[in-house]
Amino acid sequence: MSSQATAAATASVWEGGQSPYAANSKKFGMWLFIISDALTFSALLFAYTYSRVANPDWPKPFEFTPAIIFSSVMTFSLLTSSLTMVMAVHSMNVGNRASTVKWILATMVAGGTFVALHLTEWLKLINEEHVTPFQNPWGVPLFGATFFAITGLHMTHVVIGILYLGIICQAVARGKFKAEDVEVAGLYWHFVDLVWMFVFPLVYLMSARVG
Amino acid sequence: MSAHVETIEHPSVGIPTFVKVWIALLVLTGIEVLLAYEQVPTMIMLTALVGLSVIKAALIIAYFMHLKFERFSLFLTLFPMLVFCILLMLIFLGDATRIPVMRPPS
Repeated sequence: MSSQATAAATASVWEGGQSPYAANSKKFGMWLFIISDALTFSALLFAYTYSRVANPDWPKPFEFTPAIIFSSVMTFSLLTSSLTMVMAVHSMNVGNRASTVKWILATMVAGGTFVALHLTEWLKLINEEHVTPFQNPWGVPLFGATFFAITGLHMTHVVIGILYLGIICQAVARGKFKAEDVEVAGLYWHFVDLVWMFVFPLVYLMSARVG
Repeated sequence: MSAHVETIEHPSVGIPTFVKVWIALLVLTGIEVLLAYEQVPTMIMLTALVGLSVIKAALIIAYFMHLKFERFSLFLTLFPMLVFCILLMLIFLGDATRIPVMRPPS
């Protein structure tokens, strides 16, 4: 850890008054938001787990093919968007704005793919399998309620993330904003990916059905 | 090249690390999907999935979100509280197991 060296140079980390986190305020603010948002998603996932344990006849509507394969592709596009975002932050750190813009656009495309696939899946569930937040053919209404609440809130985050990246991207292209602004946007984007790493196994894989 | 050089801070990790982390995340996701395909018993499945997801989350936070290379004080400020609050939520989970037993027979 390189932080020990800096810490030694600036007396004690805990004395305050001289940037105890050695991070700028935007980054720290985003971290605080991420932690509070993580609690929101934890609460939702906990409510889902609670409902599921309380209803032993919880449905398992996701066939391995195509539903699980489909959501695996969604997971892949979101994971890949995290890689392109990290590349954007990296390019911005070495001062290459042209390639930063390209990587951010790639991130937005991957995020857009995720939203498009997710909406396709939602429409299929709503129109063909008649699942709504209040009722479904399998007799446990809470299934639809928890499914649409959790994935809906996550999709909202992805859409907001794409808009956020769009704003950052055009500013970077016009020579505005600094490396830290791209990094803060990256933090938010990775968090959206991080949440999906819990939603995908708990909501999809735990309800998988083979054959 | 019109890309003008700005304040360069030396990146503490390089592109090969990011690609390795990405591959690790894909492999872990693959293992999770495989578990779903094998229809492992529910409790083992849940434990394995949550365990793998925590590893994936740690990889994303440490490398993609760069927390491994921030000051340790930032980690200490943010994460113990989060873990503590999540553990507090889990206290209620025991109640859920009683609900099916308490439900009047239909």
